[in-house]
Amino acid sequence: MSDTPLLDELEKGPWPSFVKEIKMAAKNSAMSQDLLDLLEKSYRDKIGYWKHGGIVGVMGYGGGVIGRYVAIPEQYPNVRHFHTIRVNQPAGWYYSTDALRAICDMWDEHGSGLTNMHGSTGDLVLLGTTTEELEPIFDELIKLEFDIGGSGSDVRTPSCCLGKSRCEWACFDTMEVCHKITMQYQDELHRPAFPYKWKFKFSGCPNDCVAAIARADISFIGTWRDDIQQDDAAVAEYAKTLNILRDVVERCPSRCMEWNGDKLTIDNDNCVHCMHCINAMPKALAPGKDRGCSILMGAKAPIIEGAMLSSMMIPFVKIDEEEDYEAVCEIVEEIWDIWSDEGKNRERIGEFIERVGKSNFLEAIGLEPIPEMVAHPRDNPYIFFEQEED
Amino acid sequence: MASDLTLEEVVESMYKEVASVQGRKKLKPMDLQKMIYERFSDRADKRTCKKLGKEAIKELINSGRCVYSYYGGSFIELPPAEGVDK
Repeated sequence: MSDTPLLDELEKGPWPSFVKEIKMAAKNSAMSQDLLDLLEKSYRDKIGYWKHGGIVGVMGYGGGVIGRYVAIPEQYPNVRHFHTIRVNQPAGWYYSTDALRAICDMWDEHGSGLTNMHGSTGDLVLLGTTTEELEPIFDELIKLEFDIGGSGSDVRTPSCCLGKSRCEWACFDTMEVCHKITMQYQDELHRPAFPYKWKFKFSGCPNDCVAAIARADISFIGTWRDDIQQDDAAVAEYAKTLNILRDVVERCPSRCMEWNGDKLTIDNDNCVHCMHCINAMPKALAPGKDRGCSILMGAKAPIIEGAMLSSMMIPFVKIDEEEDYEAVCEIVEEIWDIWSDEGKNRERIGEFIERVGKSNFLEAIGLEPIPEMVAHPRDNPYIFFEQEED
Repeated sequence: MASDLTLEEVVESMYKEVASVQGRKKLKPMDLQKMIYERFSDRADKRTCKKLGKEAIKELINSGRCVYSYYGGSFIELPPAEGVDK
């Protein structure tokens, strides 16, 4: 084992350390040892030595394998290729231990043994293999009933929270919808054909455990149309240990609650479904019974341009029902057509909407503008009126 | 519009386009789809061209005559003559 004084610093402290994990893998893997040495050199030189992209993948697929090469292969021959493979995770990230062991055994045999559980899009990420190993890995994954995920300008691997499988707040069946979308759009997932990436994310309630509102091009976030369910006896129990006025009522962003020391009153018409009160008193409050989801669009992390948050497109839809599901798919496909025809290279849908203007975008996809779509008050005082034709 | 445009014609047209710009220009799948419509709009409507274009890309990739590449975006090109990382 070679000296890695700079990396050793990252092992100090009480936290888990990726350096520790790479060192463990390096005991059995020359690839991991070279990775460790290269990383130390990068820290020492303050230079990254990785090259990214190129032509690499498995037959028939255009995504799921990210080509990585070291810029100084003569010094680090074992990481000459260090490709990443994204594996489509199961909905809700449920695995059996047998499945995980099988994947790890396969990866010890064909790759570096290093994994990332999970990437920010949600995939199970296998870090570091060579071009020659890609097809054997793909064959093994298929035998284990896993498939490769998305990368490049395609539908990225859809992800969802665990929804109704474990969470009573789930307002729609996130796992079911995520699975259906994944299966329906296999072609778009494996064959990049868009101007840039497209992310589907499904969160069962406004807590948004998969961070859809900040990451996804199209977010499905559970919500409800009726009143918050309230158990007054349980509220009274909370009042014994919780300062309801200070910690719940005064933190309500729309100030729609009152507490008189005895009774909690919620003005549901003014509730913005932030979930704070429900999170604070989960035994007393719950989302309403008339549940569905809101569809938002346009988020992205800062890569080319700055970060963007999603904005509302469809305030409420019962996507669990087949008819509504199909209607949503039709809108999605309409958006893809327009974005594919008119979008610039590496332009996310949020940036596209900003460029063409939301009113033009809505007109093109056939959605009626409604007040809920307004993200913020206009800062331009000039209003252009179009003369309507009779 | 009734169309006599065949998948084989679209496949060959796309392949020739990819081959003709190899090494000089990178083509995205959508560039090829648009090219097909421009080339065959007198024989098929946009919807048909789009459908055939999508199938043609699938055919070119599955047959190994073309490959996907990634350079900040996804492109379609001829397979490399030498090693994949050259």
